[in-house]
Amino acid sequence: MQLNANIPSGPIEQKWDRQRFENKLVSPANKHKHNIIVVGSGLAGASAAASLAELGYHVQCFCYHDSPRRAHSIAAQGGINAAKNYRNDGDSIYRLFQDTVKGGDFRSREANVYRMAQISLNIIDQCVAQGVPFAREYGGLLDNRSFGGAQVSRTFYARGQTGQQLLLGAYQSLERQIDARQVEMFPRTEMLDLLVIDGRARGIVTRNLITGSIDTFVADAVILATGGYGNVFYLSTNAKQSNATAIWRAFKRGAAFANPCFTQIHPTCIPVTGHYQSKLTLMSESLRNDGRIWVPKKKRDGRPPEQIPETERDYYLERRYPSFGNLVPRDVASRAAKEVCDRGDGVGETGFGVYLDFAEAIKNVGAPVIRERYGNLFEMYERITAENPYEVPMRIYPAVHYTMGGLWVDYNLMSTIPGLFVLGEANFSDHGANRLGASALMQGLADGYFIIPYTLGNYLATTRLDKVANDNPVIREIESEINSRLKQLLGIRGKRTVDSLHQELGKLMWDECGMVRNAAGLKHALAKIPQVRDEFWHDANILGANDELNQALEKAGRVADFLELAELMCLDALQREESCGCHFREEYQTPDGEAQRDDEHFCYVSAWEYAGANKQPALHKEPLSFEHVLLTQRSYK
Amino acid sequence: MFWGSTVGKKIVMAVTGAIGVGYLIGHVAGNLLVFLGPAEIDTYAAFLKSKPSLLWAARTILLLAVILHIIAAFQLARLSQKSRPIGYKRWRAVGSDFASRTMRWTGPVVGIFIVYHLLHFTTGTVHPDFHEGRVYHNVTSGFQVWYVSAFYIVAMIALLAHLYHGAWSMFQSVGLNHPKYNRLVRAFTTIITIVVVLGFISIPVAVLLGFIA
Amino acid sequence: MNLTLHIWRQKNAQTKGKMTRYEARDINSDMSFLEMLDVVNWALIEKGEEPIAFDHDCREGICGSCGMMINGVAHGPQRGTAACQLHMRHFKDGETIFIEPWRSKAFPVIKDLVVDRSAFDRIIQAGGYISVRSGAAPEASTILIGKEVADLAMDAAACIGCGACVAACPNGSASLFTSAKIAHLNLLPQGKPEQKQRVLRMVQVMDQEGFGNCTMHRECEAVCPKEISVNFIARMNREYLVNSLVSP
Ligand SMILES: Cc1cc2nc3c(=O)[nH]c(=O)nc-3n(C[C@H](O)[C@H](O)[C@H](O)COP(=O)(O)OP(=O)(O)OC[C@H]3O[C@@H](n4cnc5c(N)ncnc54)[C@H](O)[C@@H]3O)c2cc1C
Ligand code: HEM
Ligand code: HEM
Ligand code: SF4
Ligand code: F3S
Ligand code: FES
Repeated sequence: MQLNANIPSGPIEQKWDRQRFENKLVSPANKHKHNIIVVGSGLAGASAAASLAELGYHVQCFCYHDSPRRAHSIAAQGGINAAKNYRNDGDSIYRLFQDTVKGGDFRSREANVYRMAQISLNIIDQCVAQGVPFAREYGGLLDNRSFGGAQVSRTFYARGQTGQQLLLGAYQSLERQIDARQVEMFPRTEMLDLLVIDGRARGIVTRNLITGSIDTFVADAVILATGGYGNVFYLSTNAKQSNATAIWRAFKRGAAFANPCFTQIHPTCIPVTGHYQSKLTLMSESLRNDGRIWVPKKKRDGRPPEQIPETERDYYLERRYPSFGNLVPRDVASRAAKEVCDRGDGVGETGFGVYLDFAEAIKNVGAPVIRERYGNLFEMYERITAENPYEVPMRIYPAVHYTMGGLWVDYNLMSTIPGLFVLGEANFSDHGANRLGASALMQGLADGYFIIPYTLGNYLATTRLDKVANDNPVIREIESEINSRLKQLLGIRGKRTVDSLHQELGKLMWDECGMVRNAAGLKHALAKIPQVRDEFWHDANILGANDELNQALEKAGRVADFLELAELMCLDALQREESCGCHFREEYQTPDGEAQRDDEHFCYVSAWEYAGANKQPALHKEPLSFEHVLLTQRSYK
Repeated sequence: MFWGSTVGKKIVMAVTGAIGVGYLIGHVAGNLLVFLGPAEIDTYAAFLKSKPSLLWAARTILLLAVILHIIAAFQLARLSQKSRPIGYKRWRAVGSDFASRTMRWTGPVVGIFIVYHLLHFTTGTVHPDFHEGRVYHNVTSGFQVWYVSAFYIVAMIALLAHLYHGAWSMFQSVGLNHPKYNRLVRAFTTIITIVVVLGFISIPVAVLLGFIA
Repeated sequence: MNLTLHIWRQKNAQTKGKMTRYEARDINSDMSFLEMLDVVNWALIEKGEEPIAFDHDCREGICGSCGMMINGVAHGPQRGTAACQLHMRHFKDGETIFIEPWRSKAFPVIKDLVVDRSAFDRIIQAGGYISVRSGAAPEASTILIGKEVADLAMDAAACIGCGACVAACPNGSASLFTSAKIAHLNLLPQGKPEQKQRVLRMVQVMDQEGFGNCTMHRECEAVCPKEISVNFIARMNREYLVNSLVSP
């Protein structure tokens, strides 16, 4: 397998325009003859399905939710970036491009990132026209806020529900096309495998989650927009159903998996309270604009926080990073929190938490202003913890949040399987080793609204696709594979709940492949994961039948895939003998404990190729070159 | 189209209901003349009847309104029942009030009352001692019978509930709603309702207590 | 704490269901309501009984997947809170809790507490969108929108499509959901051109789906996790009236 990023030649500012011009076009008369499958109805999937249908393609869109509107994108709170420079504060496409490349710690593709920054402008226009009620100033202009320590105010938001509003915008466009019979929607339908014929992606095989029937859908191209795989860790800020099945099955059919170990740990989440914990709740990053993070100097200091005098508090971020203080990037803030807690300085019953204190901010600007800024977040916090952040400091702890890794795609968002395109969080593209706040929504919508409509057309216009007969042997083969796998799952009838096994895997990954990693730990994990997997296939207890709504069976299938993906993540983390962005290898740090990149040996995208059951996947490398943003060590001191 | 939709039907109910409310306001005012003595109310009644054309016009409008109102009421009620074939084992009210939940009972009670009432005071059919045109006599003698008065009072209480919710609800049905004035509208409709109903009730009560004879 | 649960169990749309009694042992008051059900399910699985099916995903009160009648109130006792954000500290030790699925002709039960809410999607298909092709949008700041209007539109747009309004309404009416979407789009200048078709068609489809009519009980508003106001229903009625009688 050789990786060709297909980056157009020419100056970076002109690459995308040139590409769009050079693309071959599908004649309007022929578009409706092409059936396109879109798996996923999140920001990336819904926007892609709607845009392609508007162009005249016949689209079949799938999601496992009961409605496309419930995709996990709905949960995004903070906002979406765009280089509109409405604030006249020196923002520009080039600056957004540069911030993203640096923020990603130089492990992303310059050309892709630049294109995303360019398109960010159109995204806001598009969403406003769809009726997304972005926050406005009294003058009627769109409001912006600075986010995640960015030096400029380029984040557009709709209260604390930006993702919801953007998704509803895309969902509404999608529903419009469904009404127009341009899109066939298949909710409560899970993709279980990819149909590859003559080396091209030609369809998918699905399970109807209500009837359990296994069906094959044939198409001229398949688009995966199935989101991230953070739930490998069991506990994460992702929705409970988010999973890796679609991309993992595609991987097993030949799509390369890029940077699987790049997992973003978000610093401000509500800490775990008990073993029953089912997911973790994110507290928007914007809280760090006014909150001060600290722990007591005295170990296991029993006193209530407000009674601990200033002199006995350790504002460790402000101490270690004087210039950025509480606004250091996510990976830095998360790691620092882990360190103090591992030292035993953490707060709360479990000792895995640090204070996020608004007392001073309230003293300075007054409670009403704070309520205006964070009211809904404070409410959510109180609802969950029964503590009032206006009086006692919040307790926060890092949690798995986003996966920068994903299926490898070229500049046209096409995977290593011709005809298989991957959009949104499911691909690896633009965020390198660390994603900046408010950039995932931007990427998902860029991919769906403005990139795939062009690159897909080019693929269709330049490829000859023969008809696939419904009785094609490959189809029957895959369907029987799936059926036997489902039978096998239902046949285990062991003693353990799938959740308990998933929890075990999650704990292992969190300890060994989480915020900090080291060779020994990763090797330990690599030895342990197969055992858990074995236990799963022998002792899991999955009740019910296949021909009905069976949530236990759905969960089991997804966890089975996590149990395989986890291994690949550890392999990837082990081979990358450097620290970059979210990937912190204890062996590779500067004397003062900061991430130590090794550009000489690791300035590449690792892309793994499936080599067959129980065989180690093959590692391929896409070298990265930086012509516009100079390779420098990040410093927030 | 309009009548075919739930929203349209509900608007019809609101308008017909409003006509009813309007009529009642005038009606109670007229009826209260009994307190001024026979002459006043009888001449007032005579005046009402002086222009048969107008009278019948008004009667037709009223009749149509009540009929439309009832038809819509029954159709919408059926629809609501059909919309939940299987009910809840447990259900607790957290937003609605007694009046809103009993509209479908208080309405018919008022309906039955109207029929009886027409036979009682307009045609005199069920009135033992009815004299065309002598309204004061008809009313006072009619209310002498305690159970007749009792029925009137019961019907008026039903009307109270029906209008307490209805008079406010009709503003929502036609969309006369503005956060600024909503509380005002609610207060207004509540007062109207209470005044009208108390006005009506006062008459049988006064007769029974012998204030007017 | 320990609880007695009475939960609706129904194998599938065809078979009849019934309330079944379960004991929930040592429940932690910091658990969310759904985590309590998880724990109950784990115990069931260990006993070899099929776990209780219920829809859920984000568990942050935003996706609108979850929803069940808890002691006769949609989403349970805490106002402005979806079932997934409801915590057990709102219940007393030894309490008995009745859990039932949404009940509506338009929301047929699929299994246990899982219902089919696709009727909502069909209502949106009838006009709950603004027709703008990708790429056809003008520069975002060309149309100014006053903060008040934008905020009001946002209040309406906050709806998560959970269906609690229908479940709680004594008439099984979907007026709150439908009116919220109509208001969100009709309030904005971008939504004006299609406002007539929108309100007429969406109401029509709402009726076709078999929802009841609104008689202003205001149960919906009281249980709505986003506290959407019934004023939007009045607004919908007004726009329906105006657009079907007057206007071109
Ligand atoms: C709590 C939280 C807050 C966030 N806040 C922000 C923020 O403020 N700003 C920002 O930029 N980003 C934010 N993010 C990240 C961002 O929300 C996500 O990265 C982004 O929404 C992913 O969108 P997507 O379309 O790629 O995938 P998703 O929205 O996850 O959609 C996945 C879709 O694929 C479908 N699907 C998946 N697998 C299958 C299958 N096998 N078969 C059929 N269908 C399938 C699902 O049904 C779903 O429709 C946040 C993330 C979280 C968890
Ligand atoms: C004759 C038999 C009657 C029946 C069966 C009846 C029934 C109903 C019903 C079922 C409703 C709908 C419930 C609601 O909208 O909340 C209603 C509403 C109403 N009724 Fe009646 N009613 C009757 C008579 C009257 C009378 C005589 C009046 C007035 C004097 C009246 C005034 C109203 C009003 C104002 C409403 C509110 C309409 C709306 O909400 O839009 N009704 N009625
Ligand atoms: C105690 C209360 C009431 C009294 C004393 C009363 C009295 C009367 C009298 C005396 C008449 C006959 C007028 C005439 O023929 O000259 C009459 C007519 C009528 N009343 Fe009442 N009324 C009362 C309440 C009501 C209520 C609550 C309603 C409606 C809900 C109502 C509806 C009517 C109607 C429709 C007529 C017929 C009007 C016509 O002749 O066209 N009345 N009332
Ligand atoms: S209006 Fe409220 S209750 Fe109804 S669907 Fe929307 S969010 Fe749920
Ligand atoms: S509860 Fe039902 S009656 Fe109307 S106000 Fe709400 S829809
Ligand atoms: S699970 Fe998403 S709203 Fe409750």
